[in-house]
Amino acid sequence: MKTIRLMGTTALAVLTGLTPAVAQVTAIGEGEGEVSIVAWAGYIERGETMKEFDWVTKFEADTGCKVSVKTANTSDEMVALMNEGGFDLVTASGDASLRLIAGGRVQPVNIDLIPSWATVDDRLKDAPWHTVDGVHYGVPYMWGPNVLMYNTDAFKDAPPTSWNVVFEEMTLPDGQSNKGRVQAYDGPIHIADAAQYLMFHKPELKITSPYELNEEQYKAALDLLRVQRDLVGRYWHDAFIQMDDFKNEGVVASGSWPFQVGLMQSEKQPIASVIPQEGATGWADTTMMHVDAAHPNCAYKWMEHSLASNLQSDLSVWFGANPAVLAACTDGRGMQTAEGCTANGLDDFDKIRFWTTPVANCAQGEGACVPYYRWVSDYIGVIGGR
Amino acid sequence: MTAPAILPERGPADRLTAFFWRRPRVFLALLLAPPLLWLGVVYLGSLATLLWQSFYSIDEFSGMVKEDFTLKTYAELLRPANFDVILRTLLMSAAVTLGCALLAFPIAYFAARFARGRWKAVFYLGVMLPLWSSYLVKVYAWKLILAKEGIVTWAAEATHTSGLLNALLALPVIGGNSLSTSYIGMFMVFVYVWIPYMILPMQAALERVPTSMLEASQDLGASRAQTFRTVILPLALPGVIAGSIFTFSLTMGDYIIPQIVGNSANFIGMAVYQLQGTAGNIPLAAAFSMVPILIMLVYLTLAKRAGAFDAL
Repeated sequence: MKTIRLMGTTALAVLTGLTPAVAQVTAIGEGEGEVSIVAWAGYIERGETMKEFDWVTKFEADTGCKVSVKTANTSDEMVALMNEGGFDLVTASGDASLRLIAGGRVQPVNIDLIPSWATVDDRLKDAPWHTVDGVHYGVPYMWGPNVLMYNTDAFKDAPPTSWNVVFEEMTLPDGQSNKGRVQAYDGPIHIADAAQYLMFHKPELKITSPYELNEEQYKAALDLLRVQRDLVGRYWHDAFIQMDDFKNEGVVASGSWPFQVGLMQSEKQPIASVIPQEGATGWADTTMMHVDAAHPNCAYKWMEHSLASNLQSDLSVWFGANPAVLAACTDGRGMQTAEGCTANGLDDFDKIRFWTTPVANCAQGEGACVPYYRWVSDYIGVIGGR
Repeated sequence: MTAPAILPERGPADRLTAFFWRRPRVFLALLLAPPLLWLGVVYLGSLATLLWQSFYSIDEFSGMVKEDFTLKTYAELLRPANFDVILRTLLMSAAVTLGCALLAFPIAYFAARFARGRWKAVFYLGVMLPLWSSYLVKVYAWKLILAKEGIVTWAAEATHTSGLLNALLALPVIGGNSLSTSYIGMFMVFVYVWIPYMILPMQAALERVPTSMLEASQDLGASRAQTFRTVILPLALPGVIAGSIFTFSLTMGDYIIPQIVGNSANFIGMAVYQLQGTAGNIPLAAAFSMVPILIMLVYLTLAKRAGAFDAL
């Protein structure tokens, strides 16, 4: 009931145009003994999946803050969990972070209290998905591309070079059609992947950003997704069900995360991945702090830990992603190396279009773009065959 | 002065008993309070809260619930994409109910009429056994059985009936790339999971059909088909309807099977789960969950008219 009332007042504040003035933390005190984090699967590892991947145990020993993790599968789920409350931190992607800021669910972070802030990659320090009007609402965590994962048996010697294998019907190098053998992401943000594909193949649509689509561009993207609907047997949102579908359902190509690619390769499956010619969408995640975080001191300690420890280096190996701290690639604090970072796409930063929440007021003008809530309902429609 | 009656000193328990004896209504109220509290506050109360939420709406960018009374959320239900979800769920529930009834009737009939002694025990065990294992385990097992590279495909290849399977999967709408990504597969899993709930009430109803009536029907010259149509079926109908209430409502509310088997198209249960859990759109989720409640109310009214509850 308290949360409901709280959500009510916050909604009211947003409605009346009042941004709730939230005071930043000004000093870090003793830890409160615990910290709870909403995170993507595989983001917070304590050596239970694989012994050598552990960036929690030492933090708990050093600070006395016990870490509890709630994993979320989609950005919408993260926003919903943060709206419910009861968590201290969230590793939010760009399509969630701005919504969290607008909804008043996260508080500004005082970067003066995070000594390692200076080591953060300059490309990420003032990134628009966590910095609003010069105020930082979080600490960069990790970023990476959404790669095209494929089965090397099906593609033989001709690995895919374009996203067309998941968007248009065609015969794959193994002689069979791709119909029913590809997957797509079960989240509205996948519309951006379609838009990015059109950006490359239909320049006459004049798409400049896959997250800023006017009605005409948006309609073209949906039409492409309707073609894709006929090719896709099942959409994926759970990384482990997707891996099962690649093993037992005959799925041979899909947009995916480096996480699944790495895990399946470690199981000796015939799997590889590529960033096709059209480029890729990507995620850049930020550790953000809940406006009512019950354990602010432990939360600040974790944010510092996330930048300073072996976390950045080992997580980038584990997840196949890129650290927010460049030194993590080279200074040997973990297992990552300069070559590893290059392989994960550290130098492709400019080719990746990072997830951001689509809003009505965009670079094309006031109210010119289709906002996110329509992406949600229309994507449900497309999957339902409409 | 009369001498006091020679009675033992009364303890607190005795006095309590006497109190309840003098005031039977208090005793009744105390006995009924816990179940009524459970039903009234915990169950109906939370249901009412849910219903209330459906009259709110959501701020479309921040995803926060706006606590103003509005019917906007119900209007959203009628949008084609959402209406599809309702229609899809209804059709699947009806198909599953019909499939369960057709499959369950011979089994229930055999158990009620012919199974005796040990066979009866085998029947009960056979029907109940699947209910004892975890629902999730069963559904995941079915996903593997029906998978493109699963047992069914393998068996079809081994028996040279792949053509038949492919023809089935080539059917428009209900077909698909493999059984596990098609409506046919989902239908099979639903029927498997819910069929015990159809067999048991059906068997109970069939057992109550008196043998004397069947004999009378035969004596009067009715053929077997006529006896079945005019005597057995009408008398067993309440059992069929009682069973259909289970299969229909269980299918309508399920959200696990459509997530694991099928082609990702939303069902009501899934829509509710996604809307409240992942999209944070509790008003629309609440409006969606009103749909099965209303449908079941209509269904129960019709079932009552058909006499499904007369035997209760």
